[in-house]
Amino acid sequence: MNGLFDRVLIANRGEIACRIARTCREMGLHSIAVYSDADADAPHVRAADEAVRIGEAAPSASYLNIEAVLDAARRTHAQAIHPGYGFLSENAAFARAVTEAGLVFIGPRAETIEAMGSKTAARRLMQRAGVPIVPGFDGGLASDEAFAEAAVTIGFPVLIKASAGGGGKGMAIVRQPADLPAALAQARRLARAAFGDDALLLERYVEAPRHVEVQIFGDTHGQVVHLFERECSVQRRFQKVIEESPSPAAQLTPELRDALCQAGVRAAQAMAYVGAGTCEFLLDQDGSFYFLEVNTRLQVEHPVTECVTGLDLVRLQLLVAMGASIGDLVGVPSSRGSAIECRLYAEDPDLDFLPVTGEVLVFEVPVGPGLRVDAGIASGSVVGIDYDPLLAKIIAFADTRAEALLRMRGALRRLRIVGLKTNLDFLRAVVGTDAFAAGQTHTHFIAEHFPCSPRRLPRADADLADALTVAAVFAARLRRDINPHLPALRSGFRNSRFRPQRVVFTFEGALHQVDYVDEGQGLFEVRVDGAAASKVQVRDDGPELRCVIDRRSRAYSVHGSETEVTVFTPALSYVLGLVPDFPPPVDAEVPGACVAPMPGRVVLVHVTVGETVVTGTPLLTLEAMKMEHTLTASSAGVVTAVHVESGQRVDAGALLALVSAEVAR
Amino acid sequence: MGPTSVPPLVSKVARSSERFRQNVVANTEAISRLEGALSDSRQGGGERYNLRHIERGKLLPRERVERLLDRDGHFLEIAPLAGFGIGDGVKVGAGLVGGVGLVSGVECLITCSESTVKGGSMNEYSVIKSRRLGEISAQNGLPAIHLVESGGADLPNQSKIFVPGGQAFRDITRASKARIPSICLVFGSSTAGGAYVPGMSDYTVMVDQAARVFLAGPPLVKMATNEEADEESLGGAAMHSRKSGVSDYLARDELDALRLGREIVAQLGYQKAGPSPASFVEDPLYDVDDLLGIVSPDPRTPFDVLEVIARLVDGSRFHAFKPEYGPTLVTGWATIHGYAVGILANQGVLFSEAAQKGAQFIALCNQKNVPLLFLQNITGFMVGTAYEQGGIIKHGAKLINAVSNSTVPAITVMMGASFGAGNYGMCGRAYGPRFLFSWPSHRIAVMGGEQLAGVLEIVKREAAAKSGAPVDELELEMMKTLLTRQIEKESSPYFATARLWDDGIIDPRQTRDIIGISLSAAHSAPVEGTMAFGVFRH
Repeated sequence: MNGLFDRVLIANRGEIACRIARTCREMGLHSIAVYSDADADAPHVRAADEAVRIGEAAPSASYLNIEAVLDAARRTHAQAIHPGYGFLSENAAFARAVTEAGLVFIGPRAETIEAMGSKTAARRLMQRAGVPIVPGFDGGLASDEAFAEAAVTIGFPVLIKASAGGGGKGMAIVRQPADLPAALAQARRLARAAFGDDALLLERYVEAPRHVEVQIFGDTHGQVVHLFERECSVQRRFQKVIEESPSPAAQLTPELRDALCQAGVRAAQAMAYVGAGTCEFLLDQDGSFYFLEVNTRLQVEHPVTECVTGLDLVRLQLLVAMGASIGDLVGVPSSRGSAIECRLYAEDPDLDFLPVTGEVLVFEVPVGPGLRVDAGIASGSVVGIDYDPLLAKIIAFADTRAEALLRMRGALRRLRIVGLKTNLDFLRAVVGTDAFAAGQTHTHFIAEHFPCSPRRLPRADADLADALTVAAVFAARLRRDINPHLPALRSGFRNSRFRPQRVVFTFEGALHQVDYVDEGQGLFEVRVDGAAASKVQVRDDGPELRCVIDRRSRAYSVHGSETEVTVFTPALSYVLGLVPDFPPPVDAEVPGACVAPMPGRVVLVHVTVGETVVTGTPLLTLEAMKMEHTLTASSAGVVTAVHVESGQRVDAGALLALVSAEVAR
Repeated sequence: MGPTSVPPLVSKVARSSERFRQNVVANTEAISRLEGALSDSRQGGGERYNLRHIERGKLLPRERVERLLDRDGHFLEIAPLAGFGIGDGVKVGAGLVGGVGLVSGVECLITCSESTVKGGSMNEYSVIKSRRLGEISAQNGLPAIHLVESGGADLPNQSKIFVPGGQAFRDITRASKARIPSICLVFGSSTAGGAYVPGMSDYTVMVDQAARVFLAGPPLVKMATNEEADEESLGGAAMHSRKSGVSDYLARDELDALRLGREIVAQLGYQKAGPSPASFVEDPLYDVDDLLGIVSPDPRTPFDVLEVIARLVDGSRFHAFKPEYGPTLVTGWATIHGYAVGILANQGVLFSEAAQKGAQFIALCNQKNVPLLFLQNITGFMVGTAYEQGGIIKHGAKLINAVSNSTVPAITVMMGASFGAGNYGMCGRAYGPRFLFSWPSHRIAVMGGEQLAGVLEIVKREAAAKSGAPVDELELEMMKTLLTRQIEKESSPYFATARLWDDGIIDPRQTRDIIGISLSAAHSAPVEGTMAFGVFRH
């Protein structure tokens, strides 16, 4: 090896920055994190040996700011930069700037990134290399008419993509010609916002395919190997949720599997690929597969490959960047066992997987053999609007897929996250389906199996009753413990009891009344929604609250705040809202008010004061967590106030505009 | 005293003994009788009047109290059985709900009209109870909250209440001067004299369309001045909040009034003046349920008071003071719910040594600002020539002197007998303990019924002998029986609690918690002892 370096700057954040820092430490390299103002106390800052502030919270001012990153590298005498995934990882200008600054870019050459960044160029290259591709049209900046014509040739449904894009941003399916113009307009706007380039392309849309990708690895000596495939079919909003290796697809015979992997190698060879990359394919039910794109970076889901191959992909990246031979590093790679990864997101599955923000009050991960958790958060982390809502990845590994699946189910049952809504229960539900267990996955898996809310496992009433019981008892004990006057007095003491202690919770829109009496020594009598009373004995002899409810002893994880109590039963998690003792002093709801449903940035104001609107008229478009949300009039009337302008940041609950029902004179 | 520096008491209770089992049976029965009486006291005006009240969209008075209190906070009801068995239209509880409870994290004294009982009107016992509640607020520095909906004086019985009733208003303003805030929430009528409760309080909240606060209602106004007036403009909440200024806050409805009341308390920034409890509190080592087997329901049968103490104090840890001297009075220190306390407990008749020790112990508690807990089970001071000659009066006087002049808070629990001057020396009602509770096994009188009848018999026989007249044995026997029965009745704890001779009969198993609540409440005011006592006769 010729290009040894030992100071690596990680130009990223979250779980991937933590994960890269870990390998750096294991290899004896000095790691340097960068952080924005929003991340000063983030786990990735703590994971690295040192850290440099690079700007304000907005990604454009920090993690996407090439000059700031390079400046941080110079100040810390970094010799190499690992870009992680997302942000600048597939930015050719950045790769070039790094190299020109005399540093090692840990990734493919800038020309490769450039070539693969343009989907059209990539397709042409693959076509020449004999890799099958989906019929499509590289429209770029062509007119709507040209796109329409091409769409007819390709055949509906078609998929619109940003030429420069990745990660599903700006993608849209169009099923009929009439919808094309509006979809093109939105895709251009999103593409411009996300990538600064509004070039688009069209592709045939393959119904219910599997998403299978091949991990490729090249070195500076022209060698390329593959590290087998991953299946990432379970997706929502075009983003992967669950990935695994090997693919459980029945049509993937050993021969076809080899053909697929070899196609990946051919693709990589065609561009003399250096470093880690991924060739994405669509696998049709008949076994035919089409090249989708090459991701010129480490993938989010790389851990499943690491589990089945026993390799550390980040280590390989670093060593290849130092000039090592990939062949020497991996020998003849083999795949053993089965690994599954679930992505834990801050999002609301019942609100179309809308990202949510908030503070992570508690985050506890399961540990055990065959389990790995790559997290970018810790208890106390704040999830804001500026970055991707990925919180952590849970990876389960075992000799067989069935065992790995059992481990995953157990891990998801034991994971604790409190403070903000996540897709945890949804993940539990997905891995709990028979179809997933049978490996019958495809890219519409979620739409097929979880078409509507609530997207989770069916609940047993008894489990909810237990959760309500535990929540009431927990809250009562908590209030007792903080009583400064009589810290050891049983809660709700009465020498003449008029009625039981009482708390009302809201859960999924319904009210639940819990009546209870603290009988002292951890013994409670509890009655949920007027049902028969239960005797509950609380034993806090471990990290979790153990409650014996009607002679059945189970451990519950309970976390309370002023407004809600979160209970993890052995089956599910419940966020129970505490109904305040008194109604709010003034009527908070204003009729006709348009209120920000989440923190974000106003992109467009569609109306002006005095304009007449009907129910459903778009009032504003809000961008939050990289997605656009159009807020519409909830009733007909006249716009009497617009309190914001485009570009303005707003908090959740902020009054944006007002529609008055009165007719304008 | 560090909580673990003192070894715990060792219990020698034999749970399998016949006496233990008999005691459990008898005491359990007594407690169920108590719970029956308390249950009656919670019925308010009874189903019919309660329903009528609810149909008017109002909260039941006790529900008002529940909602005013902090969720899961404590409430120690005071004198729930006031007026018990009085008859004459006086309901159990005397038309008032009152007690010490936690509101917005502050221990407050709450008084609430039982408006389902005769419209919340006040009788003789209501007045006594309300004065006692005011006294608890004033002595312990507890902010007072009045939930008012009262028809005022029970007019047919006005003679019994008019004159003493005036003190309530004087008490409110004197408490105000002493920086003990008063808050009045008016839910309905508060008229004539009753109008001075909102009028005198520091903060007054009135419920819109419900409060009626005026010196004279429309009929009386018509009588007096011939003016036609409607209730709303004469004394409505909106009028008082916007025009007269008698109300400081206009509440939309009852819940809004309770919310405002809680907010007012929260913004008082009320700080307790006494020291905080220990942050770590041990439970007693022994099961509190044992008390039912330890304590005899018959006041003539003695029991070991150390077994009681072992079930009341933190960790059962008790540092006995002077245990070898005057052993019929147990004295020593402990903590209860984290509050330091000096305990004086009867272990038999009071002798001179015991009385002297008690006086010394009280002085020591005053010296170090530690509250006193009296556990009464006393048939009196020892009598007889030798004891009189030994100066039992002057030694008893020392104890009474110390009790009378002590300034640290005192709490008294009357467990069994409370007869004669023993009641005085052990801080009976007349000696102003901050709180005083009785067990169902408690008996109170100048002496026991049989004893009293026996004394009268001797007096009668001596008188007959002097005059030479024969004794009518039958009449004497009848007199003795009647007298014994009368004394038995009048020394019952129910007779006593009905007349506010105590602050309530309690389930012995709740004694520890009730003492804790009382001590904590007493710590709202400064806990300061004195070194100044009356002249001791030596």
